[in-house]
Amino acid sequence: MNFLLGAFKPACNISITFTDGKNRKQVPIKKDNGQIVMNPLFQSQETIAGKIHIDPYQGKKVEHNGVKVELLGQIEMYFDRGNFYDFTSLVRELDVPGEIYERKTYPFEFSSVEMPYETYNGVNVRLKYVLKVTVTRGYAGSIVEYQDFVVRNYVPPPPINNSIKMEVGIEDCLHIEFEYNKSKYHLKDVILGKIYFLLVRIKIKNMDLEIRRRESTGAGANTHVETETLAKFELMDGAPVRGESIPVRVFLSPYDLTPTHTNINNKFSVKYYLNLVLVDEEDRRYFKQQEITLYRLKEEAS
Amino acid sequence: MRTLAGVEDEEKWLAEGIAGIQHNAFFMHRALDANNLREVLKYSALMLSELRTSKLSPQKYYDLYMRAFDQLRQLEIFFKDESRHGLPVVDLYELVQHAGNILPRMYLLCTVGSVYIKSKQAPSKDVLKDLVEMCRGVQHPIRGLFLRSYLAQVSRDKLPEIGSDYEGDANTVIDAVEFVLQNFTEMNKLWVRIQHQGPGTVREKQEKERNELRDLVGKNLHVLGQIEGVDLEMYKETVLPRVLEQVVNCKDKLAQYYLMECIIQVFPDEYHLQTLEALLAACTQLMPTVDTKIVLTQLMDRLSNYAASSPDVLHEFLQVEAFAKLSNAIGKVIDTQLEMPIVGAMTLFVSLLTFTLRVHPDRLDYVDQVLGACVVKLSSVPKLEDARAMKQVVALLSAPLEKYSDIVTALTLSNYPRVMDHLDDGTNKVMAMLIIQSIMKNDSCISTADKVEVLFELIKGLIKDLDGTNVEELDEEDFQEEQNSVARLIHMLDNEEPEEMLKIIYVVRKHLMTGGPQRLPFTVPPLVFSAVRLVRQLEAQGGDIAGEDVPATLRKIFQILNQTIEALSSVPCPELALRLYLQCAEAASDCDLEPVAYEFFTQAFILYEEEIADSKAQVTAIHLIVGTLQRINVFGVENRDTLTHKATGYSARLLKKPDQCRAVYACSHLFWVDDPEGIKDGERRALRIANAAQQMVNATRGSSGPVTLFVEILNKYLYFFEKGNPHITPSDIQSLIELINTEMLSDNGNTTIHSDPFFSSTLRYIRFQKQKGGLMGEKYDLIKL
Repeated sequence: MNFLLGAFKPACNISITFTDGKNRKQVPIKKDNGQIVMNPLFQSQETIAGKIHIDPYQGKKVEHNGVKVELLGQIEMYFDRGNFYDFTSLVRELDVPGEIYERKTYPFEFSSVEMPYETYNGVNVRLKYVLKVTVTRGYAGSIVEYQDFVVRNYVPPPPINNSIKMEVGIEDCLHIEFEYNKSKYHLKDVILGKIYFLLVRIKIKNMDLEIRRRESTGAGANTHVETETLAKFELMDGAPVRGESIPVRVFLSPYDLTPTHTNINNKFSVKYYLNLVLVDEEDRRYFKQQEITLYRLKEEAS
Repeated sequence: MRTLAGVEDEEKWLAEGIAGIQHNAFFMHRALDANNLREVLKYSALMLSELRTSKLSPQKYYDLYMRAFDQLRQLEIFFKDESRHGLPVVDLYELVQHAGNILPRMYLLCTVGSVYIKSKQAPSKDVLKDLVEMCRGVQHPIRGLFLRSYLAQVSRDKLPEIGSDYEGDANTVIDAVEFVLQNFTEMNKLWVRIQHQGPGTVREKQEKERNELRDLVGKNLHVLGQIEGVDLEMYKETVLPRVLEQVVNCKDKLAQYYLMECIIQVFPDEYHLQTLEALLAACTQLMPTVDTKIVLTQLMDRLSNYAASSPDVLHEFLQVEAFAKLSNAIGKVIDTQLEMPIVGAMTLFVSLLTFTLRVHPDRLDYVDQVLGACVVKLSSVPKLEDARAMKQVVALLSAPLEKYSDIVTALTLSNYPRVMDHLDDGTNKVMAMLIIQSIMKNDSCISTADKVEVLFELIKGLIKDLDGTNVEELDEEDFQEEQNSVARLIHMLDNEEPEEMLKIIYVVRKHLMTGGPQRLPFTVPPLVFSAVRLVRQLEAQGGDIAGEDVPATLRKIFQILNQTIEALSSVPCPELALRLYLQCAEAASDCDLEPVAYEFFTQAFILYEEEIADSKAQVTAIHLIVGTLQRINVFGVENRDTLTHKATGYSARLLKKPDQCRAVYACSHLFWVDDPEGIKDGERRALRIANAAQQMVNATRGSSGPVTLFVEILNKYLYFFEKGNPHITPSDIQSLIELINTEMLSDNGNTTIHSDPFFSSTLRYIRFQKQKGGLMGEKYDLIKL
């Protein structure tokens, strides 16, 4: 049995390190099994460089048909689990076929990699970046090692950022006018605004502002839409009277938000909405949903 | 939902709420001890979530609130110490706003905000403004009120008022005022809103609950009143208009009433004075159901007290024309609030009057103006029937009396009697009595005819029967007391100047004559005596008045007197009239007006003959007539004879012999006046009458007590004897004594007890005179006992 075991054991240990791995910011990523691991953070146009160590186990030699490293951008749909769609694929050949007897280090570099999409972990879809090292072997299968990394892309504040202002109502029942100071918010932004009550004929119990994420995957007939409420923030307690104006101030930082993603590689979209919900004393809900655009603003510190 | 549940359930909910607070407070404290900010925020928010209940009445909610409040103090201490939580306060300020539920969020925000201000890392005005603005999110009335009350409380010592640490740079007292005003406005709105919630059936309960909450709202006004640096200018330009705007616009009677009351109580008097216009304008705009009168009354009371506090401030009142403004406002309130009961209007007038009397004691025209307004109001309603309103009117009328101890002042108020006209008869009398009592108390003398005229106009309820009075209903005792008062009053009408006095008498007479038979017996005598006094005064002066010669004037007076007394005949009250005639006769005699005196006597005699039928009264009358006649010396022989004979004649015709006898011997004096120049022509007649008397006694023999009569006659004999009437001889006396002795012996069986000592003392007198010697002794010596 011993040799059998030995046969299935990988013949070598592969590890990947990044050039500035010690200083690079690490961000938590939730894995499939629920574990949270820290992964290095990159952004588009960055050079991704580092070293790959191949360390054969004691007294073994690794015979191979070549060593390569790939940088993959993958989209994984959950209804099609296991099938990855690579939207980015870069390869660097590291070694010609041969044998490795002892620890061997290969530097690699992908310079100025175009990574237009951010890492995303959704309900039905996942977008991830990975470095894949393959030691190709003719028999017994190739030895493969993965290293995930996270991509986040920062954008400057949008030049045009209008406020959202709207009057809505139910005839002879409820008329409100609401205003959010912007239509585009960065992830640490704060939503300011006010709700102005023009007519109140129902007995309102409270008013919440919800932040909803709408993730749509697939295309055409296969489109699958999943909506999550990420935040429920109580704006008002009790029933206002006509003429009341209720302030809105919602800090976005506590919530787990991502930028808005539109039609990522024709596979999926992620949109965000502000949903203003009024609940009356009979627990009827009156709501109005407004899309907002979220973007990631370059943080000054990093 | 709450309203349907019983008290028991409420207790249960409160207990649950308290338990929830304690539970979470425990974990919060653990986190505090561990300096674990995240946990602290979590558990404090959970704890504060207990305050989100809708099930409790305000009172129970307050209980819950206080428990949370205590915990928040601990939390504040923690927030204050950056070393414990390691976060700059500005970040903390953001962090607490992440809480999902608004109520815990706002409590935490207020708590951190107070720390934030204290740290002075941000201008206090900005923080305050933010807090008061963010609190808008809580629109539930009770929860909102308590939240804002919490905000008011934690910010109270952090307002940028003058002299505070937080004042300076951009933070001025204006910001402090702005903040409090805004919080006040919002709280009031919430408070008012309670009534619009829930079904109408619980309205009453809601009112009660609202009342319990009112101090939360009112506290803001207290704070406003206490903020250092709110000067008059700012009060006038900012504070008051804003507060009033809120008061007027909330259109809620409970709030309007309470807040007006608060305004009046918490701000200084001088501010009120300077902003009177605005304040009063607001009063006129209150809801019709608001008891504006109490509000105005309180205001006026305060102002009156202020005016009374120091004479220095009076000029301020003049400056702002306080009276005119108040008067206007009251007029408006009364005009607009048609449903206000008349008693309300009257109360207002009373207050205004009190104010006027205190502030402008010299401005009678103001007082009159108030009364005038009152008349207008009273005229607009049907007969005043509300007893409370009546009471107010009495108070209204009494006020000037009390203020101006001199009634004369009140008499110049032209509207005074017009107000009195609106009282019912009973009250009118009460008022009239008050007036009289006031005069009596102050001993004030009414000295002109005009004033007397007014005065009588005022007290006419006492002077004459008013229409519709049921005479029989009158209480006899009350009536007498009233009339006695009037009688006393007449004596207070006096003037040194005879001419004016005469006028007064004319006026008084005119009024009294309308009084009817019941009153005349009370009122005529003082009038007569008052006139007689004038007569004597004229006589004593001997001078003339106003060009007329004295006798003419006197005659005029006597004429009036005659007519006055004649009026008594309608009563009828002959005895009284007789007495008065005799008084007048005497006065006329003193004035040497023989015909007048004669006339009076004639009247007296006629009365005697025609009206006095009762024998006892006759006796009294005879004695009065005799007594008066004896003193009068103005008559010529002829007149005198006529009168004396008439009197003697009457005496002789009395019914009972002893009466006859006594009357007759009294008459004997008419013929013998002990006066050097007196009439002694009748000396013989005196004796004759005495004899006649004696005979009459004889006639009474057999009946009881003739001896007494004899003794009395003996005394008369002795009198005339002493006075030197030559027709009384010692032998006459002696024989009379003997007669008495015989009588006494024969009458042994029923000797009246008192005649004996009388007789013996008479005898003792004779002996004494004998022993004394001298001229009289010699005379008496002739009498042998």
